[in-house]
Amino acid sequence: MPSRTALLPPHHYLNDGYGITSWLLTRDHKRIALLYLAGVTFFFFVGGAFAVLIRLELATPAGDLVNDETYNKLFTMHGVMMVFFFLIPAIPSVLGNFLIPIMIGAKDLAFPKLNLASWYIYVIGSLFTLYAIVSGGLDTGWTFYTPFSTIASTSNVIPAALGIFITGFSSILTGLNFIVTIHRMRAPGLTWFRLPLFIWSHYATSLIMVLGTPVIAITIIMVAADRLFHFGIFDPAVGGDPVLFQHLFWFYSHPAVYIMILPAMGVISELVAAFCRKQVFGYTFVAFASLGIAVLGFLVWGHHMFVAGQSVYAALVFSILSFLVAIPSAVKVFNWTATMYKGSIAWETPMLYAIGFIGLFTIGGLTGLFLAAVGLDVHVTDTYFIVAHFHYIMVGGTIMAYLGGLHYWWPKISGRLYNERMAKVSAVIIFIGFNLTFFPQFLLGYLGMPRRYHAYPPEFQVLNVLSSAGASILGVGYLIPMVYLMWSLRYGKLAGSNPWGAVGLEWNTTSPPPTANFAETPIVTWAAYEYPTTVEGHVA
Amino acid sequence: MAARVDSLYFFLIGLTVFFSLLIAGLIVTYAVRFRRRTPDSIGAVIHGGLMLEVTWSVIPFLITMGIFFWGASVFVAMSRPPDQTLNVYVVGKQWMWKFQHLDGQREINELHVPVGRAVKLIMTSEDVIHDVYVPAFRVKADVIPGRYTHLWFEPTKPGTYHLFCAEYCGTRHSGMIGQIVVMEPNDYQSWLSGGTEEGSLASAGQKLFADLACNTCHRPDAQGRGPVLQNLFGKTVELASGERVVVDEAYIRESILNPMAKVTLGFQPIMPTFQGLVNEEGLLELIEYVKSLKQDNPNAQ
Repeated sequence: MPSRTALLPPHHYLNDGYGITSWLLTRDHKRIALLYLAGVTFFFFVGGAFAVLIRLELATPAGDLVNDETYNKLFTMHGVMMVFFFLIPAIPSVLGNFLIPIMIGAKDLAFPKLNLASWYIYVIGSLFTLYAIVSGGLDTGWTFYTPFSTIASTSNVIPAALGIFITGFSSILTGLNFIVTIHRMRAPGLTWFRLPLFIWSHYATSLIMVLGTPVIAITIIMVAADRLFHFGIFDPAVGGDPVLFQHLFWFYSHPAVYIMILPAMGVISELVAAFCRKQVFGYTFVAFASLGIAVLGFLVWGHHMFVAGQSVYAALVFSILSFLVAIPSAVKVFNWTATMYKGSIAWETPMLYAIGFIGLFTIGGLTGLFLAAVGLDVHVTDTYFIVAHFHYIMVGGTIMAYLGGLHYWWPKISGRLYNERMAKVSAVIIFIGFNLTFFPQFLLGYLGMPRRYHAYPPEFQVLNVLSSAGASILGVGYLIPMVYLMWSLRYGKLAGSNPWGAVGLEWNTTSPPPTANFAETPIVTWAAYEYPTTVEGHVA
Repeated sequence: MAARVDSLYFFLIGLTVFFSLLIAGLIVTYAVRFRRRTPDSIGAVIHGGLMLEVTWSVIPFLITMGIFFWGASVFVAMSRPPDQTLNVYVVGKQWMWKFQHLDGQREINELHVPVGRAVKLIMTSEDVIHDVYVPAFRVKADVIPGRYTHLWFEPTKPGTYHLFCAEYCGTRHSGMIGQIVVMEPNDYQSWLSGGTEEGSLASAGQKLFADLACNTCHRPDAQGRGPVLQNLFGKTVELASGERVVVDEAYIRESILNPMAKVTLGFQPIMPTFQGLVNEEGLLELIEYVKSLKQDNPNAQ
């Protein structure tokens, strides 16, 4: 439904100042979101390039493409780049930054300068980690397990960890900014239960960012103290405990999984509502499920350590808690599905991503039950089963939602429409490539192939070849949107304020929005996703 | 045990297939049946339904609790070796596995065991964390420096099975592999008797015990300055601090390397540390010697 007579608004955030300083010194949350977009896109393709090399190496059982040392660095840097510099910031810092103020009818975030500072902190942190990569690399795995990282590894642990330490502050400050903004800057009439679910999920995410990230910062300091000054906190030779590190690391890094998936869930709620033109079924349950996941997410870290010498009782407690955290996730999936019932469902690109997300997240979530079942986890943990499971959540979940959201809000961000046909084709390519890459890995894991193996017994080759073939399809699928989205910036049709005929305050302002977001502060008298009987505005 | 793990696995496969197809089927059906027919149409006004929310919260809750108990019972069985086990000590180091049989045989990256007997591995690491993983037996346990971890299995079929290190441990992690050779009892006996010049592990421990002059204080006759070690293993002793502690492998290890940590009640804290004087294998020999000190044992002095 492209606009027939849409005009570009005369003043908007993109033409409010030109030149490099108007971007690098901006305090506009929308421009800062685009700065983040540039950053996370860069790291996505850097991390992706490492993944390509990993899959090429694993196409044959022998370690013939790169040597073992290089291979270890490849999977380490793939993980570090993707987790800390892409997945954690991607949705909150790009889509959240752009949309939170607009969705709540505010002019900006509560602390615009802090928001800009967060981006600089992210960039500075990433430079340290990039330095660690180009000056020889890192071979500890993204998990930095001690005592390997403290006494054995000869790679660049300190600069890489310092980069993650610094970037953590970006995460903390962003979370803080979001929490204050959502509490204090909602438009008149926009009560908590009128908020879009995207806001609820970002609120829950922000709580984790603020409460969890300091723990990883402290843990990194302890690793550095051990490595540089031989404190011995994690060194058993002087009475330290290497497993203590795993407790501290997963106390942050398990909730960090929810930092990645909760904003994705928020995006999916928006997409499903918009392309069904319907209220999200069970709004309050979906909203509280986000908070439930955030809280329970702090209590399940021990399920990463079922085979790490943990006591039987501790394992059982972490097992039952891990099952509990599955329930709010299941509730969300059921509610999205129910939302589609009797909707007015448009098969636009963002909806294809949303449908893909629900399917893949369902598989990712259900395979999580295998890992929470402690007697079965013993067999499949540290194998390709784990690798497949978390890629279904992080790639099938977070990246599908991120791309869906990027397509949905692209007309708002850029003011222009992308090529719908190419977008649909690439969404399908990504879906197929993803499944071909990661589904065989479930089987590999069950058959016993350990993760982080540079060479493997020949009986695992067929499934590895399938996975590598899928990865090449997936890689192509990710490159196509780069092309048509960039193309649309110049040649795309003008979008008009509301190209999808969706409700939500972001569609009540121009595309692109003015620097102050709205000509005048909106007054909200309606619930989220409350559709009028006929839809106006989408034909501008 | 492998069969119990597998039945849980296949149950969960069934559950995953069922729910994935249910969700996918509903989504595709709705997406087709309720596709937008005119550009301006909107969806039906439906806010939600409490009964449905309760239903789809309670049913997953019950299912997951069922899986929890199933998985827990498998795990508890896995964690409790039978009383009579064939014990083998394992030391992991970058990047090899060292196996030490009680009768004295040493193996590297290969472990021979008889079929039909429960085998218990008592494991530690010389450097970083490793992990013994035998996919065919569905067992896996981290091998941690400074600790003893355990793993047991009972092979049911002769053959050769993969042994992998499953905890990333550095450059040649993927080369830290080996095999478990499961043999018929007769073959195992002839393997045991072939090619061993060294004595049993306990006798090596006895020699080390004398070499390190442990026997000047730890005497069998209660006249020594240190506790009597005869019949000590597995007992509970009272400490000077008032705590009680079970004498297991970890306690003996700690008492050799860090004697001040847990001093037995009634003894002076005078024992020097043997840190740096005994390696991991020496510790295992001493532990096995202490275990062998029973009244009816020929090793008892």
